[in-house]
Amino acid sequence: MAGQPGFPEILSLGPTGYGDELLFGAAVSVSIAVLAYALGLFIGIVGAMSKLYGSTLTRSIMQGYTTLVRAVPELILILILYYAGTATLNQLLESSGFAAIAINGFAAAVLVLGFVQGAYSTEVLRAAIQAIPVGQMEAARAYGMSPWLIFRRITIPSMLPYAIPGLANLWLIVTKDTALIAVVGYTELALATRQAAGNTKMYFTFFMTAGLIYLIITLVSQRGFAALEKRLRRGQRKLA
Amino acid sequence: MQHAAVKVDDLNRPVAVQVTDLHKRFGELEVLKGVSLTAREGSVVSMIGASGSGKSTFLRCINFLEMPTQGQIEVTGEKVALTRHKDGDLHPSDRKQLERIRTRLGMVFQSFNLWQHMTVLQNVIEAPVHVLGVPKAEAIERAEKLLHKVGLFEKRDQYPAFLSGGQQQRAAIARALCMEPKVMLFDEPTSALDPELVGEVLKVIRDLADEGRTMILVTHEMKFARSVSSHVIYLYKGVIEEEGPPSQVFGAPVSDRCRQFVSSAHA
Ligand SMILES: Nc1ncnc2c1ncn2[C@@H]1O[C@H](COP(=O)(O)OP(=O)(O)OP(=O)(O)O)[C@@H](O)[C@H]1O
Ligand SMILES: [Mg+2]
Repeated sequence: MAGQPGFPEILSLGPTGYGDELLFGAAVSVSIAVLAYALGLFIGIVGAMSKLYGSTLTRSIMQGYTTLVRAVPELILILILYYAGTATLNQLLESSGFAAIAINGFAAAVLVLGFVQGAYSTEVLRAAIQAIPVGQMEAARAYGMSPWLIFRRITIPSMLPYAIPGLANLWLIVTKDTALIAVVGYTELALATRQAAGNTKMYFTFFMTAGLIYLIITLVSQRGFAALEKRLRRGQRKLA
Repeated sequence: MQHAAVKVDDLNRPVAVQVTDLHKRFGELEVLKGVSLTAREGSVVSMIGASGSGKSTFLRCINFLEMPTQGQIEVTGEKVALTRHKDGDLHPSDRKQLERIRTRLGMVFQSFNLWQHMTVLQNVIEAPVHVLGVPKAEAIERAEKLLHKVGLFEKRDQYPAFLSGGQQQRAAIARALCMEPKVMLFDEPTSALDPELVGEVLKVIRDLADEGRTMILVTHEMKFARSVSSHVIYLYKGVIEEEGPPSQVFGAPVSDRCRQFVSSAHA
């Protein structure tokens, strides 16, 4: 412990400071969040469309998925999906004659958080699509547009203004849910912080710093989403 | 108001739209009970009748926004292939044929239904570019001409929400015309408008009639229907109660109900 630098040198990027570890952890967290969010959006679009237009079977599958994921605490879901998921995968591999593999923690984090996000995205997007005035779709059909063209040119852009507030919330949630990945031992911002704090016993300094990094991520995101929402609402009249 | 020369159906002209024995049920309620219509090229067929008589439903069946329960629809000589669906209605069997037929029918809605996320110009070129495959530059040229014609050239880069109802409806008419449809379908195009805005839209529609456009028009504007139509259909509870040239339906109707309706509506 002798010679350990104090605040603020302890946060420097050099070999004596933990700044680089924290920044690397933050980069990992943001990367996990971005990919999980994108995966969640993809699942959400497929989920919303199948909930709205799917057969009875696909609709009940999606209903089960969204209910289950939203009912179980995320921490427990992550543990279940991570451990049960890797165990099942390895069992499958071994029973078909392959060697068991170590699951890449990063990929697992993205898949697990994306799976959770997908359930929430499904509901946000379903509600947004249902909020589109029917006349918008009818006009598209009346002019001979194919279902795929309507989806691309009318449904997606018309529902986005209704979806953006919900989707912005989901983004902020996933940036913080990345911290849950620490429980499976993958080093992202939260785990890097805990390790640094544990090594130096400077708990307050490190957790405040981590909190500040999450806050900055949130503030930047809010700016981004506000600009996006403004752009998407340019065809709407402001309330007087 | 200056009236164009009275249109007369020319029986030698080819048939643009033929609807035969159309029935439509909503559950237990039979809204259309065997309605037929023939619109020849260049003719203006108007449909009048009390609220709830089934006029909109009939028009929406022509381009299959509503699926008929029974009947047959032919557009420019092409019969739409139909298959009975498990919901009890007839649905087009071939999606490609349906989409092709729809491009020949320019629908104008009571509530305009302009796409809110697109500017006026983008609304007008959307389907020509993405459905018909018209090159964008050509579509823009065509659209700007039409916007001139309906008096909205200056508004081409505005979003619909920032236009008056009359302007939105004129934009919607330009959007329909840009598809170069064989037949225009109007579903009460002025019913959602403030009275002082009705005239500007009717003028555009009258110009189209004078150009010889084929149109099917559902309307509550009796005076207008009388002066612009070549054929008028009076619908009563899903049945054609009276039809004929406007001079007959408005001037000397055979049916008592029709006489009552047109006189109470100040034709
Ligand atoms: N989707 C629907 N489901 C159930 N009933 C419907 C539906 N659409 C229309 N109807 C009913 O069908 C009847 C005819 O409706 P329609 O809209 O065709 O009347 P209309 O003649 O156009 O009336 P208006 O002049 O008020 O527009 C009405 O009784 C209406 O309630
Ligand atoms: Mg109607």
